[in-house]
Amino acid sequence: MNFQPVIGLEVHVQLKTDSKIFCGCSTRFGAEPNLNTCPVCLALPGALPVLNKKVVEFAIMAGLSTNCSISPANIFARKNYFYPDLPKGYQISQFDLPICLAGHLDITVGEQTKRIGITRIHMEEDAGKLVHGQGGGSGVDLNRAGTPLLEVVSEPDLRSSDEAVAYLKKLYQIVTYLGICDGNMEEGSFRCDANVSVMPVGSSSFGTRAEIKNVNSFKFVKQAIEYEIVRQIELIEDGGKVVQETRLFDPNKGVTRSMRGKEEAHDYRYFPDPDLVPVVISSDWIERVRADLPELPEDKYSRFLTEYSLPEYDAEVLTSSRQLADYFEQCAQACTNAKSSANWVMGELTRTLNDTGTSIEQCPVSPCKLADLIKLIDGGTISGTIAKKVFEEIWKNGGEPAAVVEQQGLAQVSDTGAIEAAIDQIMAANQGQVEEYRSGKDKVFGFFVGQVMKTMKGKANPAVVNDLLKQKLAG
Amino acid sequence: MELFEQSIHDLHQMLKKRQVSSLEITKALLARIEDTDAAINAFITVTGEQALLDAAAADQRIAAGDCAALTGIPVALKDIFLTKGVRTTCASRMLENFIAPYDATAWARMKGQGAVLLGKLNQDEFAMGSSCENSAFGPTRNPWNREHIPGGSSGGSAAAIAAQQAVATLGTDTGGSIRQPASHCGCVGLKPTYGRVSRYGVIAYASSLDQVGPVTRDVADAALLLGAIAGHDPKDSTSVDCPVPDYTAGFQNGIKGLKVGLPKEYFIEGLDADVQKTMDQAIARFRQLGAEFVEVSLPHTNYAVATYYLIATAEASSNLARYEGVRFGHRAEDTAGLMDLMMQSRAEGFGTEVKRRIMLGTYALSSGYYDAYYLKAQKVRTLIQRDFIDAFAKVDLLLTPVAPTPAFKIGEKSSDPLQMYLSDIFTIPVNLAGICGISVPAGMSGSGLPIGLQLLGRPFGEETILQAAYCFEQATEWHRAKAAI
Repeated sequence: MNFQPVIGLEVHVQLKTDSKIFCGCSTRFGAEPNLNTCPVCLALPGALPVLNKKVVEFAIMAGLSTNCSISPANIFARKNYFYPDLPKGYQISQFDLPICLAGHLDITVGEQTKRIGITRIHMEEDAGKLVHGQGGGSGVDLNRAGTPLLEVVSEPDLRSSDEAVAYLKKLYQIVTYLGICDGNMEEGSFRCDANVSVMPVGSSSFGTRAEIKNVNSFKFVKQAIEYEIVRQIELIEDGGKVVQETRLFDPNKGVTRSMRGKEEAHDYRYFPDPDLVPVVISSDWIERVRADLPELPEDKYSRFLTEYSLPEYDAEVLTSSRQLADYFEQCAQACTNAKSSANWVMGELTRTLNDTGTSIEQCPVSPCKLADLIKLIDGGTISGTIAKKVFEEIWKNGGEPAAVVEQQGLAQVSDTGAIEAAIDQIMAANQGQVEEYRSGKDKVFGFFVGQVMKTMKGKANPAVVNDLLKQKLAG
Repeated sequence: MELFEQSIHDLHQMLKKRQVSSLEITKALLARIEDTDAAINAFITVTGEQALLDAAAADQRIAAGDCAALTGIPVALKDIFLTKGVRTTCASRMLENFIAPYDATAWARMKGQGAVLLGKLNQDEFAMGSSCENSAFGPTRNPWNREHIPGGSSGGSAAAIAAQQAVATLGTDTGGSIRQPASHCGCVGLKPTYGRVSRYGVIAYASSLDQVGPVTRDVADAALLLGAIAGHDPKDSTSVDCPVPDYTAGFQNGIKGLKVGLPKEYFIEGLDADVQKTMDQAIARFRQLGAEFVEVSLPHTNYAVATYYLIATAEASSNLARYEGVRFGHRAEDTAGLMDLMMQSRAEGFGTEVKRRIMLGTYALSSGYYDAYYLKAQKVRTLIQRDFIDAFAKVDLLLTPVAPTPAFKIGEKSSDPLQMYLSDIFTIPVNLAGICGISVPAGMSGSGLPIGLQLLGRPFGEETILQAAYCFEQATEWHRAKAAI
């Protein structure tokens, strides 16, 4: 029997607000344990939550960018369960009235474009974390408790691990474009739970699903889903039954294992949080947020095609992140050579960023400097080859491209006299090759170009060298 | 008249004229506590040393010409209010050694005016009870008759006023916890409109019902104290941003022409004869003062107690989840792992009534029962709110008994929780509706126990009920009666 996987994803997006969702504490990562806390996020007796408006605004931005409708009335609910990293004994979340409903994202896998439904997006607070180890004891760090999250729940519309990853990447691209999430997956800023089931091809009823918790990289999501699909199919083929349960992915072994079964599932006893008043979102507010939305990846892609006449491939690569796109645009506008800017950004710049493990935000060569460099090429001052040297130099030691060219004497020589002298000298020293060329073996032309460039230390203008060589060799 | 018998407004005049110092008043009250509290047990913690320092500071402030309504006035707080640096127990073993790291907003506002804290008052554990018997620190006794309960849960707040151990106190009222003990102890107790006073720093029992209010010797003091603590607090999302009036401004206007409703569901067969007589006399007095009476109906009154015990316990089951021995409060020893630590700490830290209500509330919210219990209760709550809206379309205020009987005996109802719950039948609907109510002394039982009457007003209609209560008080002598202790 052939099986068809069915996948739905619940993504937790950590919001990039300065302060927590229900108190004024900083959301900064990496502080001393329990430093970023107050009576509210420590859940001391008598403390009360007050909603951070920015979180609502970010949620509206996410909803508008994923084609959701925004609920005018919003209720926060308490999700009750005991765990030491959950100081109140309940998590403030949203239950039956989430802020965003019924959206979708279009993904492309191979040649196929497919619409993936988004059931809902809701706002909630993160828990703290347990620190095990030292001295056999366990500690609780509540710095993260109260960090704002959006939970984005997809419909079970995904049919393969590739679709799941494409959907995740698309969502990731949107939230990072919007600037509402720092996108740091290692620190858990973007993590997902995958609901996976399989059913016979052609069936219309879904199989029993397993939920794989807290996977925090695209690669692991792919691995976890693929492992889970195979596990479930093998189980069924061996006459077994998939049970509804929560599973954990072990990235070291590439397997999922059972965490808790359905019978151990919590009864969260959701009810409206009486400490918070309903959040009313007016259509005015929604329109103000809409007006301030940044350009989204798809719009930027289309604009790059028309405004800069870029090939589709270039537009796609350059719009993969907002930072890369911004870098390209600044460079292209400063040097007025879009194609050359695209080549440099996708080529030399991306390669050097990758080789040195540098993020684009930390790039030592500003878009303006790269533009200056491109202008030096376009103006005939240096060749492309020399430009790479200059780029390397300003990456390592800083400085302005023009100044580096000047100081290191890298300017291109277009003076025909100097180039002619070099050609004469080389022809005189290589009579044999001159004969060969003249007898029709024009392959040796490259040899002469190489010799001239070597003599001129790479600074000769290649076009001038070509012209003069052709004339002289022709006799 | 002894210093410890005086009201806020009289002491304020004396302090302002430098006829007395805050230090003298504070010393007199501390001595009074020393003399009487072994018999009453109104205080869980007495903060004598700090009180003397704060009184001296208040005297300096007064000497510098700054004498606000509460400057130099010694007060005490129900032990549910967080008081920075002072033990705050909520009358629970769970918080027996919990030193509050910050001040509740209501107390911070009083402190800002220079009020002097004498100590923290006994109550039912986590405000769950109607008798002040459910305290890890032993029951408080009624100063009028020590065989009897003072009422609850703010029993200490009322008993301390009746025993003249503090000039004024704060309590909290979730289902009658200010008004019922005030009635049983012969003092004035005001439950403001939900949202009128910040709940920040007040240990939560049932968040949608809890409200902070004053317990005082007379109506004028209640008005003054409410004026000091009321108003929007950015730290409490449910506190309402509407202006705080001068609550004493209408005192001289009288009540001629005021329309007073008598809800027929509150004057039932089997109402205690002394309570009935007190109500009849009070109604006659209000008539003499020019009020007009109209019979009204609050048809869903019968469902209020059941509704309350679903909503309040549901919220409590969640509010009390934070007491698990991990970060503060009682922690069990010799436990096997995290879950055991949390379960044992709660088993040891909470008393019987608290556990009963946590279980009730957990049940009401559980999957499969939510619609039948919690959701149904919320719908009935809406009907009860509408009852009051309809009534206030016809009348300016309502007059009712506070409790069906005067204070019962200690131990009389502790074995029958349901009987205990029913004693709050006239106060509970007020919290469900979120409106304001006041209890004022109106009579005395044959056996010498005080009986109060309840005036209920529209949301944010505190001025009206205070004005009516003031007129009644001025026309009667009940508030001058003193417990013999």
